[in-house]
Amino acid sequence: MTAVELPEGLRDNPYLDRWAGFEMSGRVRVATGKVELGQGVLTAVLQMAADELDVSPERIDLQSGDTDTTPDEGLTAGSQSIEYGGKALRMACAEIRLLFLEQAAALLGCAVDMLSVNDGVILYRGEATAHSYWTLVPAIDLAVAATGRAPVKPRDRRRLIGRSVRRVDLAGKVFGQPVFIHDLTLDGMRHARILRQPRPGTTIASIDEARIRRLAKGGAVEIVRHGNFVAVIGDDETTVERVAGSAGELVTWGNLEPVAEFQQEARWLLQRPTLEKKIGAAGSAVAAPGRRRVEATYSRAYIAHASMAPSCGLAHYRDGHLTVWSHSQGVFMLRNVIARLLKLDPAMVTVRHVQGPGCYGHNGADDAAADAAVVAFLMPGTPIRVRWRRDEEFAFEPVSPAMVSTMRAVLDEHGRPVDWTAEIWSGTHSRRPGKAGTLLAAEAFPDPPPPISAERMMEAAMGGVTRNATPLYDIPAKRVDLHLIPETPVRTSSLRGLGSVSNIFAIECFIDELAGQAGADPVAYRLSLLSDVRARRVIERAAAMSGWNADAEAGAGLGRGIAFCRYKNTAAYAAVVAEVEVAEEVRLTRVWCAVDGGLIVNPDGALNQLEGGIVQATSWALKEQVRFGGLGISSRDWQSYPILRFDEVPEVFVELVEPDTDNPPLGVGEAAGAPTVAAIGNAVSHALGTRIRDLPLTRERVMALLLADEA
Amino acid sequence: MAAIAFAVNGRAVAVTADEETPLLDVLRNHLDLKGARFGCGLEQCGCCMVLIDGKAELSCAKPIWAVAGKSVVTVEGLGTPAQPHPLQQAFIEEQAGQCGYCLSGILVAAKALLDRNPDPSRADIVQALDRNLCRCGTHIRIIRAIARAAVLMRETS
Repeated sequence: MTAVELPEGLRDNPYLDRWAGFEMSGRVRVATGKVELGQGVLTAVLQMAADELDVSPERIDLQSGDTDTTPDEGLTAGSQSIEYGGKALRMACAEIRLLFLEQAAALLGCAVDMLSVNDGVILYRGEATAHSYWTLVPAIDLAVAATGRAPVKPRDRRRLIGRSVRRVDLAGKVFGQPVFIHDLTLDGMRHARILRQPRPGTTIASIDEARIRRLAKGGAVEIVRHGNFVAVIGDDETTVERVAGSAGELVTWGNLEPVAEFQQEARWLLQRPTLEKKIGAAGSAVAAPGRRRVEATYSRAYIAHASMAPSCGLAHYRDGHLTVWSHSQGVFMLRNVIARLLKLDPAMVTVRHVQGPGCYGHNGADDAAADAAVVAFLMPGTPIRVRWRRDEEFAFEPVSPAMVSTMRAVLDEHGRPVDWTAEIWSGTHSRRPGKAGTLLAAEAFPDPPPPISAERMMEAAMGGVTRNATPLYDIPAKRVDLHLIPETPVRTSSLRGLGSVSNIFAIECFIDELAGQAGADPVAYRLSLLSDVRARRVIERAAAMSGWNADAEAGAGLGRGIAFCRYKNTAAYAAVVAEVEVAEEVRLTRVWCAVDGGLIVNPDGALNQLEGGIVQATSWALKEQVRFGGLGISSRDWQSYPILRFDEVPEVFVELVEPDTDNPPLGVGEAAGAPTVAAIGNAVSHALGTRIRDLPLTRERVMALLLADEA
Repeated sequence: MAAIAFAVNGRAVAVTADEETPLLDVLRNHLDLKGARFGCGLEQCGCCMVLIDGKAELSCAKPIWAVAGKSVVTVEGLGTPAQPHPLQQAFIEEQAGQCGYCLSGILVAAKALLDRNPDPSRADIVQALDRNLCRCGTHIRIIRAIARAAVLMRETS
């Protein structure tokens, strides 16, 4: 037998009993390190496990994101849960099934290929035997390392994979059940709020604890303090929330460096100190006869996660063991950084995932969990719940960094690029605690962590900043010239799509500009530069879906634009056509999107993610910019950080191209966002007859352009 | 502290609390009804929406004294898995949810709409949801689910 290369999840968690087991009669335990972030992953995990084990999904008790019981599959991020996590889970389940079939074959004295499984019962030539997973389990040791020798189900043997199974988590949400971490209550639980250190490095100059306690009026609160970490704790959440909301002025901070409003603009980054990195083709393009250089600069503002609820964490420290409940994307990573912060043995820390509001990247979840852990550690025996306030969430969640991209191309005599340079200025998209970032609580401790070294910062930042920075188009020479800005005015980290959103906005708008200069139709121009068959197919499909008209007049106030992206250049292919009306402001009317994500485990689940990605990206493109001022972020509510509302949502049409295929799954969760933003940019340019190169495409920017044209 | 009497999901309750306590805190922490969600506490997002005497209202900043003697309905009062409200049935059939955090308030807003307008247009639905935010971008399915629920309700009435 040839050696099979195991996926990372199985290499890191080789023992099969970590993935599944049969402890209770008639029940199947399946464990996944991936967690529900609102994306529907647990439903897909159930489908995959049920198919590979040949059991009905109703028999499965699913465990997810628990450092005590589930495999460590790293983060639930990067659209990798199905593409990579699913592969590991399917292989583990397939091998478990094979171990049982081999045991049954030995007992029955028959060949394994005479046997099959139906809902956990072993069949011989299609007839039930006395054997099942539950009768055989005492004789089978699942604490063995996976080998990868059992093939996963081929297309004609799949029953649930590839079907639009209803989400297992949705009913609980529709009936208002206590499914969120915010709803979790522990016996004897007390509520805590943090009087937050405004910025790392600031120190408490004075704190009037007596007056803070008096704010509780009829109630009572306690104050705990460790260095610059201050928390208010009480039994009554209403009281604690009110005290924390008004206590801000009773703490004064020293070493404060105010942030100015102009620093919120992406182009401010151009003046900042940078770390440099060059990727791709050597040198720069040499001018030659018949060749022409073109260049344009694009930008995108800082963007917030703006989840529907502020972050929440619970913790209980008892008998030397700390248990933490969190809506983190990475419970194992969180366990390790909390253990380090509190100088505990990681074996004495358990982190359990509980669902939170929609998670689109590194938000405040880890910090809120650490807040609760610190308070619980300082108050042994008392379960602590920390729920951030709304303004705290907007002010302290890491935001997606602003980016500036200068695109440079050398064009041949037909107006086609032969040399391409993307010069990018950006803060990091990668500041997760334990990697190139820290926890807010850690920054407030008496011994805050040392600054991240430039090397570590660059190493962590590369993947996010340069995501989709290199176009997939057939261009002989491509290079990326990166200027990483290590210090941004506010903390930045990963948000859905990371650098791809700004990079694809720049690339796909620039491609449209090149098409315009060549007098070519944007769809035809793209196809002339793309030999990748799957890429061509989604572009052709999206164009056909939209009834693309190559001759549509520009500058008429109505516009349509197309954009393409293969997420990370390795995951799903997506092409988007956007249709807009532009009067004084941009109104998106319709969006068409074609996606090739290889095998789709749950087509309706994928469509839901893609539709959501399109709507969220519409909001980014038209409305969103984090505002700065005073102590940092000044947009701290839904009025100063507006998002797309129900009356602004376009009609959206999404098609999956060949979803029931033998091509392996490709991550789709982030596939539609970047091309949607770029397609809107191109549609607005088409509608106006001139281009806005800076996001968001607000009324102010449209009006400025219209007024400049009149002048 | 005073005992404030009102009805929740058809049940009479009397809550002893500071009369300025927000209705949402009373529902979630005193009555253990977690269906109405905390989103902002600023009356800006709609996650905490409940029906007060049949009208969809935000509960996160509404003092408890203001509901004395009134009838409050939360998402838990709409239906149960065994007997779902047509809206809940339609949201499941349309798979109209991602994280689902906004759904409690949206379902309540939709209930108020369908109670006064059994045959709403898309514009009516959108108008009825103008105080509700959704960050996952499930709007399209939510609008479709409400339209479907209207059909279900007309068919069964």
